[in-house]
Formats: sequence, C-alpha cells, structure tokens
Amino acid sequence: MTAFFQSLGLPYEWAWTVATVVAIVVVSLLVMFSVAMVIYVDRKVLGAIMLRRGPNVVGPFGLLQSFADGLKVFLQETIIPTAANKGIFLLAPIITFTVALAAWAVIPFWDGGVIADINVGLLYILAISSMGVYGVVMSGWASNSKYPFFSAMRASAQMISYEVSIGFVLVCVVLFAGTFNLSGIVEAQQGFGLGLINAYAIHPLLFPMWVVFFISALAETARAPFDLTEAESELVAGYQTEYSSMSFALFWLGEYANILLMCSLNTLLFWGGWLPPLDIPALYAVPGIVWFLVKTFIFFFMFSWIWATVPRYRYDQLMRLGWKVFLPMSLLFVAATSGYLMAIGHFA
Amino acid sequence: MIQAIAFYFFATIVVGAAVMTIMARNPVHSVLWLIMAFFNAAGLMVLVGAEFIAMLLVIVYVGAVAVLFLFVVMMLDIDFAAMRAGFSRNAPLGLLIAAVLLAELLLAVGAYNAGGLSLGTPDGSAMQAADKSNIEALGALLYGKYIALFEIAGIILLVAMIGAIVLTFQPPKPGARARQDVGKQIRRRPEEATVMKNPEVGQGVEL
Repeated sequence: MTAFFQSLGLPYEWAWTVATVVAIVVVSLLVMFSVAMVIYVDRKVLGAIMLRRGPNVVGPFGLLQSFADGLKVFLQETIIPTAANKGIFLLAPIITFTVALAAWAVIPFWDGGVIADINVGLLYILAISSMGVYGVVMSGWASNSKYPFFSAMRASAQMISYEVSIGFVLVCVVLFAGTFNLSGIVEAQQGFGLGLINAYAIHPLLFPMWVVFFISALAETARAPFDLTEAESELVAGYQTEYSSMSFALFWLGEYANILLMCSLNTLLFWGGWLPPLDIPALYAVPGIVWFLVKTFIFFFMFSWIWATVPRYRYDQLMRLGWKVFLPMSLLFVAATSGYLMAIGHFA
Repeated sequence: MIQAIAFYFFATIVVGAAVMTIMARNPVHSVLWLIMAFFNAAGLMVLVGAEFIAMLLVIVYVGAVAVLFLFVVMMLDIDFAAMRAGFSRNAPLGLLIAAVLLAELLLAVGAYNAGGLSLGTPDGSAMQAADKSNIEALGALLYGKYIALFEIAGIILLVAMIGAIVLTFQPPKPGARARQDVGKQIRRRPEEATVMKNPEVGQGVEL
C-alpha cells in the first residue's frame, strides 16, 4: 500500500504514514464489524444451547440486532454519578476500548497482511494486554461506589495472575519458533507435525500448553466461568455498574474485541494461523484469510459454548488455579521444552 | 521529519506527565500521570531502536509495578492537606536530589560522548548491532559476557522473594480451618450434601 501512495507522488515517509493510517482505519472498522457480528453469534449460540431462539426480530434471522443495540445505546443519555471522579470516569472506557483495538496492529491476517510486522510482536501483545487492566481499575475507583471497586480489585488480581502463566506459555512457543514475530511463528508451523500438519498444538509438549493458554485466555478476558469481575449475583454488574449509554458500550465493545484477539492468538500461536490445517498444495488454493477467520471463529464458538455450560468459579478457586496449578505447570513445561529442544539439537 | 515529530510528541508528554505527577493534588491522579510518563518513555525507547526494552518497560512497569502502586494509593486513606503541609520544608532536599541526578546524567552523557563505554560481545570483539535483533544482541551479552553477574542478580532476587514470603507467612493457628482439601471438594457428590424432603403441609422439617 505504501507503494500505491508513492505512485501518487508522495515521498516515502509520508506515503508510509498515509498508508499506515488507512490500514489502521480499515482494520479497526473491520474489527468493530466483527465484534458486532460475534455478539450476535454469542447470543444465538447461547440461545440454541438454552433451547431458546436468541435474537430473531431485527433484520433477516436477527442479523442486524447488534447494530440496533448500538444505535439505541448511542441515543441514550450518559449519566455521570455526582460522587464520581469525572475525568477518570470518562477516561476509563476510552482506555479499555483503545487498548483492545491497539493490539490488532501486530496480528497477521494472511501472509503479509499485518499493519506492523515488528520483531517483538508477541511482547507487544503482552504489553498492550497488560494495559487493559487500567480501564477496569480506573472505572472501579472513579465510580466511587463499592461494588465497582470490589470488581476492580478482583479484575486486576485476576488479570495479573493469569498473565504470568500466559507469559510462560508464550515462552514455550517462542522456544520452538525461535522468534517473537507473529508471522515468523506462523511460518515456523508449516509442516510441523510429521511434515503434514500445520499446527504447534499437536506436539506432546505444546498441547498441554495450548490447554493452559486457552483457559488462561478465558480468565484474562474475564469470560465465563471466570467472569467474577461482573458476577451479577454478588456485584450487580461489576465495574460497569455506574456506566450508561456510549461509555458502557465502549466497555462492551472493548471486551469483545479482546475476546476475538485471544481467539486469533490461539489460532496464530498453536493452530497454524493463515496456513491450512494440512500441508497439502491443494488446500493452499483457499486464501489464507479464510483459514484464519474459520479457525478464529471455531475458538469463538468454544468460548460461547463454555459460557453456556460451565458454572462460575469461586474466587479462591480462581486464584488457586492460576497460581498453584498453571504457574508450576507452565514453569515445568518451559524447562522441559528447552531441555527437549537442546537434546534434539534444535538450536544448533 | 516524522521521527522528529514523534520524538517531540513523546518527549513533551513525558516531561508534562512527570510535572503533573508531582503537581497533581489527588495521589491517584499522580500515579496515573506517572503511568502516562512510563508509557511515553517506552515510545521514546522505540524511536531509538530499543524495542525490546520498550516492551519490557510497558510489561514490567506499566503492567505490574504501577498497578500495585495504584492499588496501594487507592486503598490508603490519605489526608491531602497534611500531605501538602511539608512541601516548603522538603523542597530544598528535593531540589538537591534533582541537582545530583542532573549532574549524574550530564556525566554519563559526557562519558558516552568521550567514548568511555564499550559494550563488547562474548568473544571481546566490538558490538555488531546492525544485523541482530534487540533480543538476540541482549541475550548474547547477558548469557555470554555477563553470565556471572546475571546469575548473581537472579540469586539476589530469589533470596529477596523468599525473604518477603518468610516475613509475611503466618502458620495457621491450631484448630483454625485454614486448609482446604480440593480433592475432597471435587469428590463430593450431590447425594452427600443434599437430602430430598417432602414435608406434610403445616408440619415443617426436622433438620
């Protein structure tokens, strides 16, 4: 795209800037559109599992339900509690939303289809997702209300705990791939399994790590069964309690953008990203983005499925799982993976 | 051109946020300004090509250390007026510390300009930074030339961690129900925990 703007007569620097801005706008709009659609999918899957119909009134099969909800929310009044700390109260949803979109900068949708193909892509994702906790903590504190504050405490403890084990899982993947670049990690998976299967997750050392990553992703995005931050039986609606209209919608959109991000990370790190599942030339006729979207959607379906079937964890169980099960396990696997790779001469 | 714009943008925000950190009346606002300064300092690191350090700065300082800061400040019940009272008394000391830091910074820049520093690779040759990524260059240095220092730093951190745990650990009091047997909780079945009763109207249930 930079070349296109250069052909319009712009010098390289400015052509690059314009091309990047255009790419950012396009990716953000597409992510927002996907978020609207997966909210619909989420509600439909939930409805189907509970033997209900789910949204079916607005548009064909209820497909436009999310857009109708968006319009409704947009027209509502933003209520700011008098005791709230106004600036931070309004800043919190903006931070959640921005951070959720910013992480998509390093996600490769197909071979070369990425805004910023940087060397430290995976670390960038970790850095950005660790920023996500601020939106929650700031909203909980600024609301000046006890339930949002409890929720903010829970959220930050939960996110920090599970980020630790996610970090170690990522180390295992990076040891195999030899790079922090997400495109590089996907390319390293080509023909990984017996020269036939394009996925890291089939390796006996990496499959348990994928399971840990998947469950940690549920906890990191505060998705059921780890949705203790908005446990409605205890905390009304958690940190979102005092929010209304667009400020509430920004939380909602950011949350789903994060869920989609975690699904696509599952795809990229363990299931071959844009590569077809099997390393057969005929399968490469299908464009890479189709494989990427199909795999990501399968993971999103699993997220919805789990939401509908698994009861919520107790808080001490959540902490125990993070610190006493996943952390020692992922540490052990980091040691085992590096030992195994040294033994087979992977780094030679 | 764009680099210059980006540099002045990040640098202005870092300095502005740092000033606001000490000027803000509300301590929570102070911490948030500090986080802003950290984040934009990471932007400056990216500009000089140290992208690995930049990401570590965000992950460690913004993502973990500052969250704990924020926690402590939010939980404390701080009297703003009492905190401001000592300002004029402490100002000379603060200025002194600032002057020392400035002098050290000037000294470090001077030493760097004079070529006083040489970061070598394990075999002692000069650093070949251009063809290596940040992570590889740092790894070669940390696990090669400075392996002993790196390991010692690791041991010191481990000792500090164990020390913190020992200081805060309290053995459960005798008779206290401090332990949970998770296996026992999972093995429990509905039949052991519930009974079905069908009481007569007006009879009640004997528990």
